[in-house]
Amino acid sequence: MKNRRFITRLLVLLSISIALGYTFYTSFANQKDIVAVGDIAPNFVLKDLEGNEIELHDLRGKGVFLNFWATVCPPCVDEMPYMENNFQKYKDQGIEIIAVNFDEQPIRIERFVDRLNLNFSIVLDPGLQVSQVYGVRELPATFLIDENGVVIERRIGALTEQMVEDYVQKILPSQ
Amino acid sequence: MEKVKCECGHVNPYGTVICESCGKPFFEEEKGLLNMRYEGVARRSQTYNKTMIDKVWNFFSSVKVGIWIIVITLVASSIGTIFPQEFYIPPTANPTFFYEAEYGALGKIYYLLGFHDLYNSWWYMLLIASLGVSLIICSLDRVVPLHRALKTQKVTRHESFLKRQRVHGVSKVASFNETRNQAKNILKAKKYKLFEEDGNIVAEKGRFSRWGPYVNHIGLIIFLIGCMLRFFPGMYVDENIWVREGETVVIRGTDGEFFLRNDQFIVDFYDDADERFRDALVRAGSPIVKKYQTSATLFKRVDDGVVGRDPELVEVARHDIRVNDPFKFEGYALYQYAFKQNEISQMSFEIEESETGERFGRIDVSTYDPQTVYNLGGGYKVEIIEYFPDFYFDDRRTPASKSRIPNNPAFIFKIITPDNEEGEISFVGIQTNQDINGENTHQMRFVDIDMNHVTNLVVRKDYTLGILMVGGIVFMIGLIQGMYWTHRRVWIQKVNDELWMSAHTNKNWYGLKKDIEAVVSKTELTMPMDNVEEEEKKS
Repeated sequence: MKNRRFITRLLVLLSISIALGYTFYTSFANQKDIVAVGDIAPNFVLKDLEGNEIELHDLRGKGVFLNFWATVCPPCVDEMPYMENNFQKYKDQGIEIIAVNFDEQPIRIERFVDRLNLNFSIVLDPGLQVSQVYGVRELPATFLIDENGVVIERRIGALTEQMVEDYVQKILPSQ
Repeated sequence: MEKVKCECGHVNPYGTVICESCGKPFFEEEKGLLNMRYEGVARRSQTYNKTMIDKVWNFFSSVKVGIWIIVITLVASSIGTIFPQEFYIPPTANPTFFYEAEYGALGKIYYLLGFHDLYNSWWYMLLIASLGVSLIICSLDRVVPLHRALKTQKVTRHESFLKRQRVHGVSKVASFNETRNQAKNILKAKKYKLFEEDGNIVAEKGRFSRWGPYVNHIGLIIFLIGCMLRFFPGMYVDENIWVREGETVVIRGTDGEFFLRNDQFIVDFYDDADERFRDALVRAGSPIVKKYQTSATLFKRVDDGVVGRDPELVEVARHDIRVNDPFKFEGYALYQYAFKQNEISQMSFEIEESETGERFGRIDVSTYDPQTVYNLGGGYKVEIIEYFPDFYFDDRRTPASKSRIPNNPAFIFKIITPDNEEGEISFVGIQTNQDINGENTHQMRFVDIDMNHVTNLVVRKDYTLGILMVGGIVFMIGLIQGMYWTHRRVWIQKVNDELWMSAHTNKNWYGLKKDIEAVVSKTELTMPMDNVEEEEKKS
């Protein structure tokens, strides 16, 4: 009798906790449209200003510094030169920098890239499809993807030059 | 824990106050009326308190705790209405700073404690969760023993049970059998169920009303489960999309499967020439919108392509989305929600020689995707050096763009003419046309503008509505069951040479006494006393 009582209570409490635990987990830890650390970075294909397609999956084996930005976002503009400097420094060691523009008019991006003389990949995201998949609502946003395609860091907010370099070193491929 | 054996032979669980079978009170030293709550059963929570599981169980089993949870939830919800919720503040404002800037220190505390997004703050969700747990455990802990007690109750009751009922009376009658039979018939006519044992009677009706609160709680729990399911993947989508006329966009929340094209957006007004509306429109004083409509075409992506690649689309359906007439497809619904009229989509200019006013060729510049160079032939060329879709002067007093939306387009043009291959630079925006070097011979003359409407649709999918509805219906059934029926019992028992009559109801004592009056008026029985009323009269 006493045992039965204990088991009933345990079962009731346990099922409630599981249901609630899962609910809390989905609503806080695992929002489904947000790419989290540890996930395989969702694949995408985007075009750069010349119309060349860049597919994330093709970059397996390289460390990918994935940045979301816009010319109308001052901190994004500030960190572009940092990214350029680090790109020049580490591009031969298997680092790829992709800056996904937040659906701005191509002419604005073109003029901006010319002015700053940027050489890493700047891609357009018409309709913000990729930004949505990555759950990017605030700019700038940066995802670090290692050589196996796994997201190892996600940062919303501005970066300093030192941070960019530290990040790049984190994703240097082993070979 | 020992069980308690009553003198009638029934074995009661530990903690029982009144024998489940004969009704003998176990605590004779207390006189006065019996507390009939839950039939005097042992609420299990009050009895065992050994393991951690028992402790948690007992905490949530307490009605006192339950009420505190409700009160705290209510207070928190009220506080959440003092300053606006996050989704009501201007969309461009950053909540981190907005609340402090707008409401000072209180606003900051409000934000830090999560009141700005109450329904998603972890502690509010925890409160609602504990409310659900409290409901389940409180109900389980009461309904099970109550059900057993009502099932086990015997017809013949212990004398002190009868004596200590609120309505109790003693009558001396000449003929026991006749009186009993008369009483039985009258009560039967009043739709009581009659049970007999050794010449003793209990008449009972409306027992199912006792289950009302528990049915009501089941409804609430179903409702809460429905709310909980909203957090489960695929059950609930609430998104928002802006679509320009002619534009095709991916529909958020459909995992890139569906796309929508806005074919046309219309705002219709009531015709003030129509006699039927004239008076009302004069009263309103301003034009009244008749309908907001987005004519839309739905596409489905058929390639299993990667995100970002130009999708291969197949038309699925068309619909005119109006207020209360959503576009429904595959569990989703698109609702007309808002709109923006007259977004500048194209601006047209002509090169003009300032002195003569002579014009050379026209360019149409799309504000969504301007070309870099417009070649007009004959040596005339216009180059766009800079484009500001949402022009303003920034902190450094240099031209900049606030956003990517063409709210206030401005351009820096380089005009190349056969006479001047170097080109002249001018800044052209809405109502501004500046000669940068001050020596220009030509200027860009603004000639035409094209506008576009943008519609705003809400994307909604909700598989929990059915569950919420069922929860609501069960809730109401329980409420009605508990409120509009009463559980009445009348005991008639022969004790020594007297006929004792006692009665109990869970509410509406007046109704019960009316039933008894009907019995008393036609039998030898005398009207029993209402002990509570007697007490009130005395004091």
